[in-house]
Amino acid sequence: MPSLATFGNDLYTGKRSYPFVQKYKLWFLIAAVAILISIIVPVVKGGFNLGIDFRGGSEFTVSATENTDISRGEEAVTSVEPGLVPQVTNIAPNTMRIQTEQLSDDQTLAVRDALIEAYEVEPDQVTSTFVGPTWGQDVTRQAIWGLVVFVALAAVMMAIYFRTWKMSVAALSGMTVVLIVTAGLYSLSDFEVTPSAIIGFLTVLSYSLYDTVVVFDKVRENTENIDKSTKRTFSEEVNLAVNQTLVRSINTSVVGVLPVASILFIGAMLLGAGTLRDLSLSLFIGIIIGTVTTVFIAAPMYAWLRAKEPALVKQAKRVEARRRHESSESDEVTV
Amino acid sequence: MARSGHTTAAKRTLVWLGVLFAVLTAALAGGVMSSQATWAPKLALDLEGGTQMILAPQVQGGGDQISAEQLTQAVEIIRQRVDGSGVAEAEISTQSGRNVVVSLPGVPDAKTRELIQASAAMEFRPVLAGSQGAAVPEESRTPEEELPEPTAEPTDASDLNWITPELYQKFEALDCTDPAAVAAATEERAPADQPMVACEPDTGMKYILGPVEVPGTNIATASFGQVRGTQGQSLNQWAVNIEFNEEGTQTFKKVTERLFGMTGVQNQFAIVLDGTVISAPTTNAVIPDGKPQITGNFTEESARALSEQLKYGALPISFEIQSEMQISATLGDEQLRMGIIAGLIGLALVAVYSLFQYRMLGFVTIASLVVAGFLTYLAIALLGWTENYRLSLAGVAGLIVAIGQTADSFIVYFERIRDELRDGRGLVSAVDNGWKRAQRTVLASKAVNLLAAVVLYFVAVGNVRGFAFTLGLTALADLAVVYLFTHPVMQLLARTKFFGEGHRFSGLDPKLLGAVPLYRGAGRIRQPGEAQPKVRTKNAKAAAEASRRQTIAERRAAAEKERSASVPGRGSDKESN
Repeated sequence: MPSLATFGNDLYTGKRSYPFVQKYKLWFLIAAVAILISIIVPVVKGGFNLGIDFRGGSEFTVSATENTDISRGEEAVTSVEPGLVPQVTNIAPNTMRIQTEQLSDDQTLAVRDALIEAYEVEPDQVTSTFVGPTWGQDVTRQAIWGLVVFVALAAVMMAIYFRTWKMSVAALSGMTVVLIVTAGLYSLSDFEVTPSAIIGFLTVLSYSLYDTVVVFDKVRENTENIDKSTKRTFSEEVNLAVNQTLVRSINTSVVGVLPVASILFIGAMLLGAGTLRDLSLSLFIGIIIGTVTTVFIAAPMYAWLRAKEPALVKQAKRVEARRRHESSESDEVTV
Repeated sequence: MARSGHTTAAKRTLVWLGVLFAVLTAALAGGVMSSQATWAPKLALDLEGGTQMILAPQVQGGGDQISAEQLTQAVEIIRQRVDGSGVAEAEISTQSGRNVVVSLPGVPDAKTRELIQASAAMEFRPVLAGSQGAAVPEESRTPEEELPEPTAEPTDASDLNWITPELYQKFEALDCTDPAAVAAATEERAPADQPMVACEPDTGMKYILGPVEVPGTNIATASFGQVRGTQGQSLNQWAVNIEFNEEGTQTFKKVTERLFGMTGVQNQFAIVLDGTVISAPTTNAVIPDGKPQITGNFTEESARALSEQLKYGALPISFEIQSEMQISATLGDEQLRMGIIAGLIGLALVAVYSLFQYRMLGFVTIASLVVAGFLTYLAIALLGWTENYRLSLAGVAGLIVAIGQTADSFIVYFERIRDELRDGRGLVSAVDNGWKRAQRTVLASKAVNLLAAVVLYFVAVGNVRGFAFTLGLTALADLAVVYLFTHPVMQLLARTKFFGEGHRFSGLDPKLLGAVPLYRGAGRIRQPGEAQPKVRTKNAKAAAEASRRQTIAERRAAAEKERSASVPGRGSDKESN
């Protein structure tokens, strides 16, 4: 196969170039549609599939059981409290999950004992979790708060580092797309929103910015002396930078996704729902979307924000003039 | 001699890395030897199994927000209760300035759970009897027939008729030198209208106390300060001042009127918090204005502590369970095993991919990842020992996610080296130049990661913290490895024949990278960044003819094509600083 290295050469020299910046209207349109869908879907579906942490309730996990008969779990619960409507699911091989509304302390212990009996397991094979209804709100509030603080600090940091606030705006707009689209995917696919998913979500946003910073660093380098150059317009320089870092973007997202995919696979196949699965799921989606938005949204957005600056418009005119000059020169090739 | 200079510098850096490892390993080994540390990192509850309760302390009449001091108070209360209940290895911490997190190994019995959740209240009770805290030895205890027997219904709180034979036996058997007994007293939760036995941990005394006379809620505020003499001079003595509210003032006046006339221990009243006596001052005067002052052998510190306790004791703290998890040990084991397997698979995949991508250079990535992993392991094991950091499942996930982000630093670096090679540099200078450029990118991007980790760590709730912690830790480890390992190794490798000459499998083959050497023969040297000369094709003439006959649109398209085919240079060779 022609290795990525050769592919990288062509991208580096500009022999092969993808119009990330030039086709910005198309990417923005796609992003707008995706955002629209991501907003409409939760509204139509009436929100997200919230995990027990956000609803409040009790949850029992029976592991290493020989029989995975759902009715056994239901009977065990109703034998303790006839009025309860338990949701019993077989979440992984030999693992059962039983969710009920909030139980009192004594009820929890009684249900636990009933489950140990029903599924014929050792007492330490049953895990019980009880979550108050305010807990999930706490987690969410803190998560949003963390997000706001992080975004504000990151924006300031990038503005200082890149010496232009437009980079920050572009990077954050890319991140916003990630945020909305990931949330939309969660709603669309009915994945359970748990505190672990929220962690993953926050990490994804940091990853998205991280990825953008790497690409923007190359953009900064390429456009450093743009006013003195008549080789390329500003937008073309940005596009070249994106192309030049494309191999790295591909490599990084592959390397980032591989371990996450292995957690996701192992977590989902063998462990069922839980911290690992929830975390890796949001990371898996997020790393891919994060890399894509850097290339298709953040960089074109930056070019779009700056290309209208008078100095850069002038520069673009000079480039244009030089090219006209050159093409007319080539008309007068003497034999 | 720049060349040899670079090599020695690189070797020296690697030696320093070795020293760093040696020091960290020696520190950990020392900890293990003195049996304070373990080789294995400490595990959090979700991997070890056990019970975790998250309690939200709520202060009656204190608004919804609980202050930092009240939270500390709550933690102290819970700590005493848990320590006393005989549960070993319990951990109590606060979370996001609002909650108390209690982690216990195993499954606590119902009694322990109730004890932990019970609300804490402060009360003032008169002392009926007192003695040294140790239990009276079996043989010298008061025989049945000599036990005090109430002769009538008690008339007031100080009435000795409160002391029943059972109560007295309990008093004699009470051992205040044993923390479990202190907690047992807490567990009892004597009703307010009944007498009780209690310990005073500070002095090692134990008492029989009458029923509650003044509830803590009657305290308006408390403070501490220097005692002033009659001329207002400082006596260099610390005192605690209490101020009662109106109701408290009335009741306390009556109490002191009665106690002032009493003798012996009955002259004392005890301030009881959560079942233990925090102070049992004697009554030296009738206090009509509801502003008693407690003096004694206070240091500034102990005076402050008592006044704080009184201040917050005025607000009964109740604990509402926010969430509770009981994780079976087997499930924890399984989760950890799966997490490790997932991590190894992830690592293996990354290794294969980087070998595929970077040929022999991939080994540098793998070696760097191994070094970073080892460094992270040492840090976690050491932090487990010094800071009691425990690795949770979310933390393991953070580590696995970090594999990709760590590898990214190497990818950025290698790609930069390749870019330099494409410009036609020799490998040695490509490594140095690539490093200069990659360094900035790596630092800027890691700063974003660290920022995210720090913010998450301080803002987050629950197991998010463990995740944020490992994310931040690996970002730091990654930086250390890139600087102390990857770069020096690259500098040394650049001078080997295999890499330096760009062997086909080295991943740095200039030919493969389409590089044009800077030295172009005939004594001409191309500046890096200078465009490569246009290759004159055989059909130049025809092309010129064709271009003359183009429409404007065609001409534009051709110019476009030419532009994208021309070799770009970089904006400039200047290093910005």
